[in-house]
Amino acid sequence: MTASRKQISINGKLIIVEGVDGSGKSTQVRLLEKWLRYRGVPVFFTEWNSSEQVKGIISKGKKKNLLTPTTFSLLHATDFAARYERNIYPLLRAGYVVLADRYSYTAFARDVVRGCDPQWVRHIYGLAVKPDIAFYFRVPVDVSFDRIVKNRPRLKYYEAGMDLNLSNDPYESYRIFQGRIIDEYEAMVEKEGLTVIDGTKDIEEQQELMRQKVLEVLPQLMNKSATISVS
Amino acid sequence: MRQIQRKIGQNSHPMRYYGKGMPYIDDAEVKGRLIVIEGPDASGRSTQIGMLTNKLEADGHAVLNTGLRRSELIGDGILEAKKEHMLGRKTMSLFYAADFADQLENKIVPALRSGYIVLADRYIYTLMARAAVRGLNRRWLHYLFGFALVPDLIFYINVEAEDLVHRVFQKNTFLDYYESGSDLGLSDDMYESFILYQRLIAKEFRNMQKRYNLTLIDGNKPILDINAELQKRIDDFLKKQ
Repeated sequence: MTASRKQISINGKLIIVEGVDGSGKSTQVRLLEKWLRYRGVPVFFTEWNSSEQVKGIISKGKKKNLLTPTTFSLLHATDFAARYERNIYPLLRAGYVVLADRYSYTAFARDVVRGCDPQWVRHIYGLAVKPDIAFYFRVPVDVSFDRIVKNRPRLKYYEAGMDLNLSNDPYESYRIFQGRIIDEYEAMVEKEGLTVIDGTKDIEEQQELMRQKVLEVLPQLMNKSATISVS
Repeated sequence: MRQIQRKIGQNSHPMRYYGKGMPYIDDAEVKGRLIVIEGPDASGRSTQIGMLTNKLEADGHAVLNTGLRRSELIGDGILEAKKEHMLGRKTMSLFYAADFADQLENKIVPALRSGYIVLADRYIYTLMARAAVRGLNRRWLHYLFGFALVPDLIFYINVEAEDLVHRVFQKNTFLDYYESGSDLGLSDDMYESFILYQRLIAKEFRNMQKRYNLTLIDGNKPILDINAELQKRIDDFLKKQ
C-alpha cells in the first residue's frame, strides 16, 4: 500500500502546508498558488475535509456530536483517500504541482491528541506519497488563539476539542487542545522533515522564504522567470 | 467490597482487539459475548441468525443483531457513493471501516457491556476479503481493522459458487452488481463473473481461516442441520464460561 516513487514515476511535485488553525498557513498557500499560476505552472489545490462524498457525513456527525476518536479519524482518512485517489495522485502522475492545505500530518497530530494510537494512524495514511515539501507554520498557541477567537463569535464543539473533556469553557478547551496539537507537530518536525516557517513573521517575509524553498524543487521556474522578464 | 467486585467480575472478561484497539476506552471489561456469522449472500446467514436469536432469547439471553452498512451516521452515504461509482477502492475500504467503527463503538461495545450476546451478520472479514480481492494490501487491511474487537466465535458458512448462484436466482431474478464483482471486469458474462468473484472471495476466507480462527460451516447442508450445528457450538461455548 505504501506508495513508492521508485516503482512508478511521479512527474509532479507535492507541496503541503501544516499548522494549527490561525497559524497563517492557508493565506500563505493561496499566495503560493497565485504565484505558481501567474508563472504558468499547472497547479491543483486541495484542502482537508473537502471531498463531496464524505464532507456531508462528517459535518452531520459533528453537528450531532456523534463522532468518536476512531470514526473521526477514519472519516477524515476517507475524505483524504477520496481526494488522493481521484485528484492528488493522478495529477501528480500527470506532472501537476499539487498544493494541499493540510495533509496526513494533520491526522498524525490531531487524531493522536484525540486518543488514537499513533502507529495505527500512520499505517492508515501509509497509502499516500510523502510531500516534496511540507511547510509547518510554527506559532505560539496564544498567537493562533487570538487570531481565531477575534474572528469568531463561537467555537464549534470538535474544533474546540470539547469531546476531550479538557475544560467546560470552550475557549479554555480550545487553548489546551491546540497546545497539545502544537506539541505533536513539534515532535514531528525532525522525524518527518518538516520545513518550519515562523508564522509570526510578516506575510511577505514568510512567502519569500516559501518561494525560495519551492524554487529548490522546481528549478525550471528560475528559467521561466528569465524568459518572462526578457520578453 | 473487594470480594463483591470480584464476584461481579466473574462473568466479565477483558476486550481483546486485533491491533491497538481504541486506547481512549478505559473500561476494558465486558460481560457480553460477540458471535459473528460470515458467508456470502444467499448462504442462509440471516435465516440462521433469526433462528439463533429466537433460541438464545428463549433461553433467557439478551440478544442484539448487527450487520454491515447499518450505521445511522454513515450507512446511507456508502449506498450513495456506491451508486455513483465515484470512490476509489482505498476510499471505499476506509468508508466501510468508518461505518463499522461507528457500529462497534455505538452499538456493539455498549451491548457487550450490558451483557448482551451480539450476533453480527458479517464482520471485518467480509470487508477485508472484498478489499483484498480488489487488490488492497492484506497487511494494510489487517492494521486498518486493528481497532476491531476479537469475537468469541466466528462462523463462516461456505457454499460452493455454483450452488450459490442457484440460491440467488431463487431469491431474485438477477445477480447483484457488486456481489458479482462486476467492477472487477472478470468477465462480460455476468454469470461467469459471479462464479469467478465468489470463488475469489471464498479463497480469501480460506486464507483467513487460520489467522482469525474462523469455524467453517458446510452451507450445502439442510437449514435445520446447519442450525443444529451452530446452536450446539454456541451452547457449548456459553456453558464453558
